[in-house]
Amino acid sequence: MQQKELEMTNMNQNHNALVKTVANPKSLFWTNLGRNWYKFSRNPLSVIGLVIVLTIVILAIFAPWIAPFPEHAGPFTDYKNAGQPPSLQHLFGTDNNGRDIFSRVIFAFRGALIMAVVVLALSVPPGVLLGLIAGYFHHTWIDTVVMRITDIFLGVPPLILALAIASVLKPSLMNAMIAVTVMWWPWYTRLVYGMASSISNEYFVVAAELTGASKFHIIFREILPNCLSPIFTKMALDVGWVILMGASLSFVGLGEQPPTPALGRMVADGARYMPTYWWMTVFPALAIVLTILGFNLAGDGVRDMLETRMG
Amino acid sequence: MKLGSFLLRRILLSIFVIFGLSILIFVIARIVPGDPARLALGPRAPEDVVQRLREQMHLDKPLPVQYYFWIKGVFTGDLGDSLVTKRPVLEDIKEYLPATLELAIFAGILMAIFAILLGTLAARFRDTWIDGVIRVLSYFGVAVPAFVVAVIFMLIFGYFWPILPTLGRLSPGVVPPRTITGLLTLDSLIQGNFVAFWDSFKHLILPAIALSLGGLFQEARITRSSMVDNMNKDFLAAERGYGIPERVIMFKYLLKPSLIPTASVMALDFASLFGNAFLVELIFNWPGVSRYGVTAMLQKDLNAISAVIIVFGGIFVIVNIIVDVIVAFLDPRIRLGAAKGT
Repeated sequence: MQQKELEMTNMNQNHNALVKTVANPKSLFWTNLGRNWYKFSRNPLSVIGLVIVLTIVILAIFAPWIAPFPEHAGPFTDYKNAGQPPSLQHLFGTDNNGRDIFSRVIFAFRGALIMAVVVLALSVPPGVLLGLIAGYFHHTWIDTVVMRITDIFLGVPPLILALAIASVLKPSLMNAMIAVTVMWWPWYTRLVYGMASSISNEYFVVAAELTGASKFHIIFREILPNCLSPIFTKMALDVGWVILMGASLSFVGLGEQPPTPALGRMVADGARYMPTYWWMTVFPALAIVLTILGFNLAGDGVRDMLETRMG
Repeated sequence: MKLGSFLLRRILLSIFVIFGLSILIFVIARIVPGDPARLALGPRAPEDVVQRLREQMHLDKPLPVQYYFWIKGVFTGDLGDSLVTKRPVLEDIKEYLPATLELAIFAGILMAIFAILLGTLAARFRDTWIDGVIRVLSYFGVAVPAFVVAVIFMLIFGYFWPILPTLGRLSPGVVPPRTITGLLTLDSLIQGNFVAFWDSFKHLILPAIALSLGGLFQEARITRSSMVDNMNKDFLAAERGYGIPERVIMFKYLLKPSLIPTASVMALDFASLFGNAFLVELIFNWPGVSRYGVTAMLQKDLNAISAVIIVFGGIFVIVNIIVDVIVAFLDPRIRLGAAKGT
């Protein structure tokens, strides 16, 4: 998150160049699909990341058909087969209830991905909106109020506040998502604020103001399109972080509740059976690492794709 | 002078942030579904006892009045009693905070030393296998959550290869030093108790590595790229022209300006280290304020939760101010620009 912050500030500085060259990044994306793919795939690591991401997404969507033991993702017990080490039949072994860990990991991807999608879908729009408003009305009381509230939210490590919010609510995937969402919007507000306040001094915004365009038009039609690339980049890079946050919450039991599998929870449960059933911990842990790694690498690719256009 | 006004502004902003944070925490603590007093006493407690506690906690009064009592308590050092330990929260925090600080400071030192070392190495030997290895490590370092590292350490060092202790701060049987600072390593060193020092130091290693890994590699990469960016600057060519040895240039003239971005990221990482400490302390059974905080959260011990968050908010703010000062010292542009700009 921190590195991204830094990159974002660099981006802000480069932003004036962007403003002049890109009128509407969204339409450019589709007309330049081949070019974008070239930029994305220039770094083989991004392609590896994309392959990991696509694999995880497909596994999650088609979990009931792909998982060898789909019923093991629920309240299933088979004590005869409890604690089996990894084998061809049970790739990742079985847990203390005799459930196939490979199947459970595949199903756990669902919660992780849903979390990422929902948190970003809920936190980005308000974060961006507040940033746009504060940036457009910069040096007014609106700017002060919005940005100081943002500062407050950024004033504690996000994990601590997310843990606190999740803990006072009833533990569930839904409440974990709420807790992370509450912590996530300020980063977007801060990012967009920087861009919007510099764009609002550009001549095309001034021109629009002089022709009597409404504030609504200026904010959403003139300023917002010019902020989209960095917003999309940050979203791409954030997926891995949201999943990490979700795994951390579920590790302490504040996420998806059993018997539904959650990656963090599986690591925590497995830790109680260490070292005998080491596979109960190690494979879900690897799944977390691989997921975050995949999304981070692919996110870097998205950044390369959107960023080079500024040059 | 200019640094002074810069600092003053930062401190004022920080006070505001802490104040806002206190409102935020208060609101969070009061959105709890259910009755905190009932939660504290359990479902079997008689109604009149619960009612008495409710009055004691001011839960029967309107929210702003409750906030007033709470914030007054914060300023007078009365954070209420922990509903779980039945002791004043302040006492609990005083007891547990040093352990967390010791762990975080040690992890922070590890992070800083190795980030700068690895970053410098990667920059010095850029585009060789050394650079490649550090880059691959950094991809993983960022992707592996601290709690995963901690659990894997537990598995390896707790069971298969027990060369380092994995639980608590001291081995049973080792006489702890008298408390001066509360940091066991420091206290035992001051008192010349080398047995306790060595033992507590060994206990620190694994949790500190688990905590520092993520930030460490990220900072190493930033240090590397910022050093590589600076390598072609004219001032270095001039120094080479003067015949200054390459090693001196590397560590004295190149490293210092290159550490500016590293330092600001390090600040954020050091602060988020306290967030990750919540999980790492839990795993290593480290008797710190983070473990206390998680326990409080899982038990819905509201007074303790609020206090822990305020404490961490305070630490976060202080760390950020300190780092701003360090960055200002490293970067004359900020030091001088602070008064001129904005």
